[in-house]
Amino acid sequence: MKLKNPKDFWSGIMFASFGLAFAIIVQYYEYPMGTASRMGAGYFPFVLGCVMAVLGVIIIIQSLLTTGTSISKFAWRPLIWVLGGFVIFGLTAKWLGLVIAIVLLVMISAYGGHEFKLKESLISSAILAAGSVAVFVYGLKLPFPIWPEFLG
Amino acid sequence: MDQLIANLSLGFGVALTLNNLMYCLIGCLLGTLIGVLPGIGPVATIAMLLPATFTLPPESSLIMLAGIYYGAQYGGSTTAILINIPGESSSVVTALDGYQMARQGRAGPALATAALGSFFAGTVATILLAVASPPLAQLAFKFGPAEYFSLMTLGLIAAVVLAHGSVIKAIAMIVLGLLLGLVGTDVNSGMARFSFGVPELSDGIGFVAVAMGVFGLAEIMKNLEQNEEEREVFLAKVTNLWPSKQDFKDATPAVLRGTALGSLLGILPGGGAVLASFAAYTLEKKIAKDPSKFGKGDIRGVASPESANNAAAQTSFIPLLTLGIPPNPVMALMVGAMIIQGIQPGPQVMVERPQLFWGMIASMWIGNLMLVVLNLPLIGMWIKLLTVPYRLLYPAILVFCAIGVYSLSNASFDVVITAVFGFLGYLFVKLECEPAPLLLGFILGPMMEENLRRAMLLSRGDATVFLTRPLSGALLVIALLLLVIILLPAIRKKREEAFQEE
Repeated sequence: MKLKNPKDFWSGIMFASFGLAFAIIVQYYEYPMGTASRMGAGYFPFVLGCVMAVLGVIIIIQSLLTTGTSISKFAWRPLIWVLGGFVIFGLTAKWLGLVIAIVLLVMISAYGGHEFKLKESLISSAILAAGSVAVFVYGLKLPFPIWPEFLG
Repeated sequence: MDQLIANLSLGFGVALTLNNLMYCLIGCLLGTLIGVLPGIGPVATIAMLLPATFTLPPESSLIMLAGIYYGAQYGGSTTAILINIPGESSSVVTALDGYQMARQGRAGPALATAALGSFFAGTVATILLAVASPPLAQLAFKFGPAEYFSLMTLGLIAAVVLAHGSVIKAIAMIVLGLLLGLVGTDVNSGMARFSFGVPELSDGIGFVAVAMGVFGLAEIMKNLEQNEEEREVFLAKVTNLWPSKQDFKDATPAVLRGTALGSLLGILPGGGAVLASFAAYTLEKKIAKDPSKFGKGDIRGVASPESANNAAAQTSFIPLLTLGIPPNPVMALMVGAMIIQGIQPGPQVMVERPQLFWGMIASMWIGNLMLVVLNLPLIGMWIKLLTVPYRLLYPAILVFCAIGVYSLSNASFDVVITAVFGFLGYLFVKLECEPAPLLLGFILGPMMEENLRRAMLLSRGDATVFLTRPLSGALLVIALLLLVIILLPAIRKKREEAFQEE
C-alpha cells in the first residue's frame, strides 16, 4: 500500500511511539502514581504519555484519509558531519584542548557542506581557534584548556 | 501617573549605568550580527547567545538578552530587504516590498523606514508596557494554582491556534515538550524521572540544549541541504539612506497603523511578531486606494509590518513579566534565562525586584534607540557580512554554539544532548512539525505539573475545581472555544489564508 500522506503518517508514528515510550517507562520503572489529590511522580507523565499516544493514533488515521506531500530526502551528509563534528568537539574539548577541538569541529563540519576546500577550511579553523582562545579563554576566562592535557 | 514616572526613572537609573548600557550595546550588536545571517531567526540567535549572558548579574543579563532580541529582529529585516532572504518569519512580508525597493535602488530609504518605524513602534509599545503591567500584575496576584494551570492551558492552546500549520500536530508537539520538560528530578518526591541512571539527566534536560539543537543546529542542516544560491546583494546601491518627503508622507500613517495593530497582537499568546507583521501587511493592502503597487516596492509595505513586528515584540513581554507565562518561543527562552538567574517569572518580580523590572523596560527603549543610532551607520558592515559564503559561515556558527553549550557546565554531556536535539529538530523539519510549541511546552511542563498538583491537593482530588472557580473556569472555556473555532472548516480556511505570503 502506498501512503497518501507520508509526512503526517510518520509524524503520527513518531508521536505515538514517544507517547507509548513515556507511558511504558512510567509503568516499567514503577514511578509512584499516587492519588488524584496527592499525585505521585508518575501521574502527570503517565497521563501526558497516554494523551500523546492517542494524538499520534488520530494523526495516523487522519493521514490515511487525506493526501499530502511526500517527505523530502534526508540529507545524510550534512546531518552526519555537522552533528558528528559537534559531538567530537564535546568529547575532545577537555582532553585535547580548545585549539585542536575547534580545528576538528571546523574541518569535520565543513566536510559536510557542498564544496569542501581543504586549504580554505584549514585557514578558517586556524583563525577561529585563535580568535576563540583570545575571546573565551583570555577574555571571558572560560575554563578551557588550550592545549592537550598530556602535553602539560 | 506620578507612580509611572517614578517607576520609569527608577528603570532609567538602572539601565543608564555604564555597565548596563554597554551590555545593551553588546547585545544589540551581537544580535544584529547573528540575526543578519540568512536563515537564522531570533530564536536561534538567542539560543546561541544565551550562554554568553549567564555569568552576568540578573539585570545586565536580561538587558543584554533583550538587546539581542531587538538586534536579531533588526538584522532579519536587513537581510529581507537586501537579499530577499528573510532571516526570520516576521520579516517575510518585509521582503515582499523591501526587496523590490532595493532592486529599484531605494534600499537606503527602505532600511531607514524600517529602522525609524521600528523605533517609533518600540517607543509606543514600551510606554504601553509600562502602563499596562502594574494593573495586570495586580490581577495575577489573585491567581491560585487552579487559575495558573488554566491560564497555561489557554496560553498553549492559543499559541497553537495563532501559529500556522496543522493544529493537532502542534498540540502533539506541545505534549512532547511538556514530557521532555519533566525529565529529571521530581521536585515533590525527589525521584529521578526518565534519567535511566544517568546522573546528568537527573538535573533535567537543559533548555539551551533543546533550543540550540532544535532551532540552531537543525536550521544549519536545513540550509546545507539547499544549494547555495547566487545572492544578489545591493551593496553599491545603499548610498542615500534618507527617505524623501513623499516617502515620509506615505509611510507615517502606515507606521501608526502598524504600531497599533502590532501592540494589540503582541499581547496575544502565540502570534507575536509573526502574526503582527502578516496582519499589518494585509491591512495596508486592504485600505490602500491603489493596492496594485504592493509587491512592487511600496514603502507602506515596509513601514507597516516592520512597525507592527517591533511593537509586538515589545508588548509580548507583557504576559511574560506580569503573569510569568511566555506567549512565544522567544519569551520562553527569556523565562529559561530568568530561572537560571534564580528569578521565578511572574507578578512578584515587579514587587520584589523593581530595579530588574523597570530597568529592563527602560533598556528596551534604549536598545531601540541604539539600533537606530548605531545600525544605520553600520549598515555597510552588515552588508559585507552577507557576502561571506555560507560554507565559511556555518562552521564558525557551530564553533560558537559548541563553546556556548560546553561552557554551561563544562561537560561533554550537554554538547551530546544538543546534537541529539539537532537530529530531532531536523526530523521535525522533514515531517513538517512546527518546533515552537515544543519549546513552549518544555518550559511550561514543570510549572504546569506543579500547579496541577497544588490545585488538586487543595481541592482534595476534586478535578471540577478547575471549572467551578470562576476565573479558572472562564479561562478554560475560552481555551475550548478557541479550539472549537479553529476546527470549524470555514475559519480554518481563513486562517490558512492569513498565513499565505501572497
